[in-house]
Amino acid sequence: MSFAWAKQYEPQSTFTKWLDEKLPLPRLVYNAVGAGYPVPRNLNYMWNFGVLAGFCLMLQIVTGVILAMHYAANAQVAFGTVEHIMRNVNWGWALRYAHANGASFFFIVIYLHIFRGLFYSSYKAPREMIWLLGVVIFLLMMATAFMGYVLPWGQMSFWGAQVITGLFSAIPVVGEPLQVWLLGGFAPDNAALNRFFSLHFLMPFVIAGVVILHIWALHIPGSSNPAGVEVKQESDTVPFHPYYTSKDGFGLGVFLIAFTAMVFFLPNALGHPDNYIEANPLSTPALIVPEWYFYPFYAILRAFTGDLTIPFTGIVLIPAKLLGVIGMFGSILVWFILPWLDKSPVRSGHYRPLFNKFFWFGLIPTMAALFYLGGAHAEEPYIMLSQIFTAYYFMHFLVILPIISQIEVPKPLPFSITEAVLGKDTPAEAPRTGTAATGDAGTLPDGSLQPAE
Amino acid sequence: MSIRLGGIIAGLAITLVLVLWSLVPGVYNFVFGPPAEKPASYAFYEHGEGPAGGFSFDGPMGTWDVAQLQRGYQVYKEVCSACHSLKFVAFRNLQQLGYTEAEVDAEAASWTVPGIDQNTGEVNTRPGEPTDYFPMPFPNAIAAAAANNNAIPPDLSLMTKARHDGSNYVYSLLTGYGEPDPAKAAKVGFETPAGLYFNKHFPNVNIAMAPPLAIDGQVTYADGTNSTIPQMAEDVAAFLTWTAEPSLVERKQTGWFVLGFLLFATALAFLSYKQIWAGLKPKKS
Repeated sequence: MSFAWAKQYEPQSTFTKWLDEKLPLPRLVYNAVGAGYPVPRNLNYMWNFGVLAGFCLMLQIVTGVILAMHYAANAQVAFGTVEHIMRNVNWGWALRYAHANGASFFFIVIYLHIFRGLFYSSYKAPREMIWLLGVVIFLLMMATAFMGYVLPWGQMSFWGAQVITGLFSAIPVVGEPLQVWLLGGFAPDNAALNRFFSLHFLMPFVIAGVVILHIWALHIPGSSNPAGVEVKQESDTVPFHPYYTSKDGFGLGVFLIAFTAMVFFLPNALGHPDNYIEANPLSTPALIVPEWYFYPFYAILRAFTGDLTIPFTGIVLIPAKLLGVIGMFGSILVWFILPWLDKSPVRSGHYRPLFNKFFWFGLIPTMAALFYLGGAHAEEPYIMLSQIFTAYYFMHFLVILPIISQIEVPKPLPFSITEAVLGKDTPAEAPRTGTAATGDAGTLPDGSLQPAE
Repeated sequence: MSIRLGGIIAGLAITLVLVLWSLVPGVYNFVFGPPAEKPASYAFYEHGEGPAGGFSFDGPMGTWDVAQLQRGYQVYKEVCSACHSLKFVAFRNLQQLGYTEAEVDAEAASWTVPGIDQNTGEVNTRPGEPTDYFPMPFPNAIAAAAANNNAIPPDLSLMTKARHDGSNYVYSLLTGYGEPDPAKAAKVGFETPAGLYFNKHFPNVNIAMAPPLAIDGQVTYADGTNSTIPQMAEDVAAFLTWTAEPSLVERKQTGWFVLGFLLFATALAFLSYKQIWAGLKPKKS
């Protein structure tokens, strides 16, 4: 993609000219994150999290590869090698704390990135593919993080592996053999630990591959923006470099301050003390919980407490465990159809009064509650509350969004990004012509309204 | 349109199943069912506090009190080590407690570790060397269980990280022994089972470990500090915090350096961001 006014890469030296002919790598970088990528000029700080997520991925890969040099994926010694890293490897404690907290901060960044996408409807046409690839990345991240948490082979590692692979046993008929096949045994042991380590090493590179697709898909329509109207003219954009490289540099600094404060002063605050006890198949912890970033989904899993039966006959149609598994996976899979559930032509939540109310007073409190409830003991009133909030979660995406996108009267949109920033736009710059038929959304007269279906 | 219709139907179906088959029976049980039973011991548990004034390593500026760590090591050696291992700690690590190399050599030699006779290959014992790790008090888990009324004494290397608020937990556990309030115990019919000991700061209040610090003056401190039970408990809790994370103080001190650098770098990044954007961004009128 590029807008007509995008700056072109011009190699200066003989060497760069030669390189540009043979392998135009500098040109690729220039067009991807350099001056050759025009970006809306009105992006707020919520647009920092994509770059931060990329940074987190690189941080995890670098720290992880070094940790793997000192770690041994063997159930007999894994716990001890982690302590070896903490005590005997130079700066090993810093690497391990950075990697463990890095996972948490990766999820914080990703949740804010998703939150941005939900509020500003970044998932809408023409950016559906970016969103879909993002959901794939999120699912891959969840699998990677889960397998990484098993590697220290502490009590929570072991019992977490037991519970999560146990989810597969809920699948009718093939479930139990499937769990045994996944674990390589009847309970988590050396075979499971080895394959989890192998996959935990592989998956970040798979994620990196999908991230490339995610960014590629982004560069076709270009970045969305807080006003939600599409780019129409040169005055709506600024080159990514130096404008957003400088802004992202500042954002990265703020992120690193928060991150290092956790790593150096509260490195175990986000973990669970039980994972400093070596795995023991004969001793079940009082409360088995996943890492905090899985809490909402764990709350949804545990919300389904009753089998789906035919009333008064006792015939079980779907056992509660399977309902929980369907609910948990469904809560993320529903994001895959989100672009087609919310058909409102307006993107930004700022111009959608009804959507705005349901977002801030419905979805956000629900997510906060599910985060809390996922870590709570499985007892009343927490179970009831998880059920209520789980119901709202599904209602919000599947019922409320389609209905409000139908009945809502949006506020008037600014004519252009320039107008949104400056309060006025120069009338001389008439919008370029474009039609719905050509699918050239960015050049429609109103700039943002998409043809409905 | 069909995706939206399908979504609405699916959303309503999930909600219906959740509400009718899970929430309604749950609420019914909660309102009309019997109240959840809690073991009688719950009434006697008290959340433990740390020592008055806290530990020297608490907080972002915390540092080790080396004299305290040495006293704590003495308590471990003379009391705890009879039953509890310290398998992730080596004698060489003791240098961090302010001992000289010669003192560490002597300290290591005062422990007996498993060895192999260099002439016959027979298993024997020998004096420890700085590179050795603290020896296990029992040859294996079965022996440990057999000698301790079936409760295996846990390894203490990571104890303060393996419990919530671990340093304070260890201190409160060691000072939490006693008898339950007799009137309250009679009322709910609570009795500590034979072979266990009442400890109000242990999660289920009945602990298999006999009070390890039973009398004041149990350990005669080399530095002359008065060894009351709370003093010994505080010292050994500090020592176990060190064994759990020898890099704790180094970590915090490094943290200040890193934060200082990042604050400076971020301020520069902010100024360059503002300068780059200055020409572009007139304020909204």
